[in-house]
Amino acid sequence: MRAALLITAGLLADLALSLWMAAQVPHWLPVQASSAAPHVDGLFALETGIGTFLFAGCVAVILWTVLMRRAPKYDLENGDPIEGNLTLEIIWTVLPLLTVSLITWQAMRVNATLASLGGKQRVGGGAEAVQVSAAATTTAAPAGGDGQPAYGPVQVIARQWSWEFVYPGGVRSTELHLPVNRPAQLELVSLDVLHGFYVPAFRLKQDLIPGSVIGYRLTPTREGRYRLRDSMFSGAYFASNQTDVVVESGPDFAGWLEQAARLPLRPSRNAAHELHTRRLQRGDRGWATVPPAEPPLVHVDLDPNAAHEG
Amino acid sequence: MATTSAGFDPRVLRAPHPVPGAPDNWRRFFTFNTDAKVIGIQYIALALVYFLVGGLLAMIMRGELITPEADLVDPSVYNGLYTMHGTVMLFLFMFPILNGLNNLLIPPMIGAPDMAFPRLNALAFWLFPVFGTLLMLSFLVPGGPSTSGWWAYPPLSTQNPLGLLLNGQFLWILAVALSGISSILGAVNFVTTILRMRAPGMGWFRMPIFCWTAAAAQIIQLVGLPVLTGGAVMLLFDLSFGTSFYRPEGGGDPMLYQHFFWFYSHPAVYVMALPVFGIFSELFPVYARKPLFGYEAVALASFAITGLSLIVWVHHMFYSGTPQWMRNLFMATTMLIAVPTGIKVFAWIATLWRGRLRLTTAMLFCLGGLINFIFAGITGVMLATVPVDIHVGNTYFVVGHFHYVIFNTLCFGVFAAIYHWFPKFTGRLMYEGLGKLHFVLTFVGSTLNFLPMHWAGLMGMPRRVASYDPEFALANVLASLGAFLLGVAMIPFLLNLVSSWVRGARASANPWDAIGLEWLLPSPPPLENFGHDVPTVIHGPYGYGLERPLVEHEERYLARNRGEEA
Repeated sequence: MRAALLITAGLLADLALSLWMAAQVPHWLPVQASSAAPHVDGLFALETGIGTFLFAGCVAVILWTVLMRRAPKYDLENGDPIEGNLTLEIIWTVLPLLTVSLITWQAMRVNATLASLGGKQRVGGGAEAVQVSAAATTTAAPAGGDGQPAYGPVQVIARQWSWEFVYPGGVRSTELHLPVNRPAQLELVSLDVLHGFYVPAFRLKQDLIPGSVIGYRLTPTREGRYRLRDSMFSGAYFASNQTDVVVESGPDFAGWLEQAARLPLRPSRNAAHELHTRRLQRGDRGWATVPPAEPPLVHVDLDPNAAHEG
Repeated sequence: MATTSAGFDPRVLRAPHPVPGAPDNWRRFFTFNTDAKVIGIQYIALALVYFLVGGLLAMIMRGELITPEADLVDPSVYNGLYTMHGTVMLFLFMFPILNGLNNLLIPPMIGAPDMAFPRLNALAFWLFPVFGTLLMLSFLVPGGPSTSGWWAYPPLSTQNPLGLLLNGQFLWILAVALSGISSILGAVNFVTTILRMRAPGMGWFRMPIFCWTAAAAQIIQLVGLPVLTGGAVMLLFDLSFGTSFYRPEGGGDPMLYQHFFWFYSHPAVYVMALPVFGIFSELFPVYARKPLFGYEAVALASFAITGLSLIVWVHHMFYSGTPQWMRNLFMATTMLIAVPTGIKVFAWIATLWRGRLRLTTAMLFCLGGLINFIFAGITGVMLATVPVDIHVGNTYFVVGHFHYVIFNTLCFGVFAAIYHWFPKFTGRLMYEGLGKLHFVLTFVGSTLNFLPMHWAGLMGMPRRVASYDPEFALANVLASLGAFLLGVAMIPFLLNLVSSWVRGARASANPWDAIGLEWLLPSPPPLENFGHDVPTVIHGPYGYGLERPLVEHEERYLARNRGEEA
């Protein structure tokens, strides 16, 4: 009776702790700035809750035995010679199976909702990839799942180590501008090695693969400036290969695009280039690296002083 | 001998030892010795040397990352450091030290005199200093070592900036291929030994779990390693001889390499994890003074893990343009691994339940490792789900998870094994006080080092960066302090190893009051273990509190040990 009461109290405390942990999830993550973010965060909170329940439960039992069942010094007695318990073993096989099946089912549903990944077209290499993705930008972007016409396609070109974005109409920039609450269609191209298109605030990531043009779709839902990072290791100045995504209201975005078209094409500022130049000035010490690609010529360059959220 | 259920061939015992009369002093550790107990110690000692090298590289990395800017070393140097840290820790520390434990433990645990193929065994070991040296030499070649990460994904790994034939990447691939060959030789040996050389009466379900897990792990080596080695040879040809297996310009595809690489390199984690699960399964019963809970299920779960580990590799490629159906399929198979792993974890906890716990250093490392492993398992399930992986994949969350598995669980298990079996194979006891200091420093240091990484990853800090945005500074300062503490933790450990081997108290045959064939041998066991007097096993292992003998005429073996100690 007392044991049953104790176990019930323990399970209730564990449940309360798990619910509390799941509620903490938003504090550990950047702001939610895309339609995908709430789904990803919801799944992560579910897993955090289940995980906490399991972790706290197991650790409580382990600590209980460590505290209550320690053999005194010079004690040579054995513990209870229990060799197993079939019922218990079946329970702890079936329950985890059901739990991971539940999580898998929920994750597949989220997967179907996100559906960001579009087609993948194999091409011969860098130059051909740019042509194919540029051709895509002249055709109208297909409508989104909800029937809303998508903006784009925007060509996303990654190099060692720069990002370049080409909008329908020919405007080029090194920071990505997108209209809020409208699906955006991207065509991802890499000219040299693997890169990763990763915007933590969007909770989305997709590799750019040399020899492939990859269609990608996302919907920003919150105005603001967010970091876009290269997530697939790309060599010496990988860490510097980051820029911003600027999400604006429809009219602001249209205004920005119009203004950008009037600006002249200029070489962009490039962190990798600056670091490499400094390295050469200091006698080229360090381990071998390819030199950075020429910084792209753009209408609008990244504002280095603007603060980003997430 | 007639009662054997393992196909034991008595001729094995009568075969002449390939290198009779090897010197019985420290010099034998520097010779082509075919004694598995010598080879085991050779593996472990050299692996620990490389452990220090890998740890030093990690501390320079954490020194760089203690501030957001790249200010300690050039970014290209940082990339080389992290590439070599991963390569050294996996190929020159973790695999070899576990091979060392296999060599020490498998023959005495199953009552065999030595490995099935002693010369092959020595050859597999002596490849280790060769590829270890090759990898170290790559620091000295023009352009420095490989800087493309331990995955060595093309096209980055085939860029060869200086255009020289002899470069760091070339040596790296050569070293990895040689390491693969060495591991295949080792695997053939371990699997054959376990299959064919068990003592009379030791059927599969009387075999210690460590041998079950060693067999399960080494079968992965046999199935998976040829794929990686083949993929690495193709990479070498792309790098040095102008082929285009992975070059899109020549009709190749860089994704092909990722499939080859992960087909082996994900299961490789289980090659390292399974023997440590074996160590936990051996040690918890000893120090909880109870039989292993659900022995059969724990044993069979090892092979369930082996099977599943070979069909999960695409979960490393969820964001590489993998189609949706394939993501869902591989998410499901990955999630299933939680079931056999869960069986093991619950069995260990149930083994502790109602035990009489002796908190020796080995037991502390097991308990710490178990708690860390439950945590790592939970973050593993998170990473298995596609949408969460798409956010945290390739971030510090993965680095945190991986180190919770490799260091906070597997390395803890290896430390536990060293503290537990050191007296058996050296005949000396280790100092408990230094051991406990080592445990406390390691537990605090590793938690401080690897726990904050999960948070940095959730906030979006990519892995493998030499510099980062200031918002990640706090997590990185904590991680760096933890890393330096781990460096400090090695001092009592090394001091303990050396001084207790030289002048520690003499160990009895069975200092932990443990049950197992190896504990029926004197410490250290003689050449060829039981020799012609192999005991006949009459009960399963872990009979703590069951008042039953493990082997026929057990008193005779015990009396012999008492006689030698008197």
